[in-house]
Amino acid sequence: MKVIAKTGNEAMAYAMKQINPDVVAAYPITPATEVVQIFSNYVADGEVDTEFVAAESEHSALSACVGASVAGGRVMTSTASQGLALMHEILYIAAGNHLPIVIALVNRSLSAPINIHCDHSDTMGSREAGWMQFYSANSQEAYDSIIIALKVAETCGVPAIVSTDAFIISHCMDRLEVLEDEEVQKFIGEYNPKYYALDIGKPKTYGPLDLQDYFFEHKRSQIDAFSKVLGTYNKIAQEYEKLSGRYYPAVEEYRTDGAEVAIFTAGSTADTAKEVVDDLREQGRKIGLVRMRMWRPLPIEEIKKALSKFKAVAVMDRSDTMADFGGPVFLETRGILYDLDKRPIITDYVYGLGGRNVEIADIVRVYDEITEVAKTGKVSKPVTYLGVRGEE
Amino acid sequence: MKDVHVECQRLMDWQELAKGCLIQEAATSLNFKTGDWRSMRPVWSEDKCIQCLFCWITCPDSAIKVKDGKVTGIDYEFCKGCGICAQICPEKASAIEMIREEK
Ligand code: SF4
Ligand code: SF4
Repeated sequence: MKVIAKTGNEAMAYAMKQINPDVVAAYPITPATEVVQIFSNYVADGEVDTEFVAAESEHSALSACVGASVAGGRVMTSTASQGLALMHEILYIAAGNHLPIVIALVNRSLSAPINIHCDHSDTMGSREAGWMQFYSANSQEAYDSIIIALKVAETCGVPAIVSTDAFIISHCMDRLEVLEDEEVQKFIGEYNPKYYALDIGKPKTYGPLDLQDYFFEHKRSQIDAFSKVLGTYNKIAQEYEKLSGRYYPAVEEYRTDGAEVAIFTAGSTADTAKEVVDDLREQGRKIGLVRMRMWRPLPIEEIKKALSKFKAVAVMDRSDTMADFGGPVFLETRGILYDLDKRPIITDYVYGLGGRNVEIADIVRVYDEITEVAKTGKVSKPVTYLGVRGEE
Repeated sequence: MKDVHVECQRLMDWQELAKGCLIQEAATSLNFKTGDWRSMRPVWSEDKCIQCLFCWITCPDSAIKVKDGKVTGIDYEFCKGCGICAQICPEKASAIEMIREEK
């Protein structure tokens, strides 16, 4: 095992190098620029065999990825924020054609107002596009997730987005344990798609017009492919554990034994919250943490299993649905818990928009308030905007 | 008018389909006759035609029939009646006239 120091962006670019995809088509955007910049150095230095396409926009970048993937290549790209928004149309086309493209993404807020820092509104806005979504808590996880996600994507015919938090992870130096190139190659194996356009002996028609008589059936089969992702993911994550010693469940529980309340959140904030959990547990508080890592497909049973044991759960959402009803993680989690006979009370904290720092004291406050909710059984405020001036 | 799917004996269930609307053959547009979309019909006059082939290269439906490098007519099974051929035809030739389709 090799230990190196790398930022989140360097870690993702390094994973891409070890994967050695056939094609990377990309357009730079802060804070994900470095991922493809570093990767293009690998190309220039002959360390990978990849055909690198410098596109004129993200829309074109992902379109080129779609073409390369239909042709039968192993294809990756990277983007953030507005870049993902510009790819939005093509996200659906890639997913609808079952093309296992992987995006190394850095979560950044969407304009307006313009801002380059972290929140999850970019990927949350694309959660119905038919792509897997993995939110990493640190660089190590981002590195590992790229490798795992690629294998799951190619096995299931479903594309994947692996993301990190802008600057907090993307630009911070971290300790990273990496595999050898050969180990990664052996783990992901050769990509042999069943159907591909360059199979010139057996020409086929890709992406035809699909009207009232068949569109619905094709969408239904796309949803079915998605329903098989979680089982495949669990298997591949276990294989990866054997190789690396690191295991990443779809939903991670941290010190939830005997806990009466929990925070349910994603990304780097989960790592910060772990520190808070350790401190408060020292003081005898019955609290725990559940981290949402895979968000598409929704790991429904895992979320039910993890959250059903608490009296109350505080979701921390790093984006808002603009429905005047809190963030997407809150809304969807409420939906999942509805089926339980005994449901925990659930409240939402929308926090950290545009990179607003979330402090230890903020997380302590959430634990204090949700503990009070569990004690009294009363929710005075279902949705709180945490850390914004002008609000309590 | 039948499209390629309807020409199967029956409509398939979603479980039977190849992923992503893939069709296991090429050039399936040949089965999809678009001629009945037409409300205007291009009429080509061999006498006026100077064989510049502008119509052939611009027709979006490859509906200009060409043999041995010469225009021989219009394929009405596919011509959608867009009128591009008539527009592009050089003024001095004006070899294509658009007329209203009659029932
Ligand atoms: S009318 Fe349009 S479709 Fe028909 S032959 Fe002319 S260019 Fe082609
Ligand atoms: S554009 Fe007009 S003149 Fe030229 S080949 Fe076509 S019909 Fe003939």
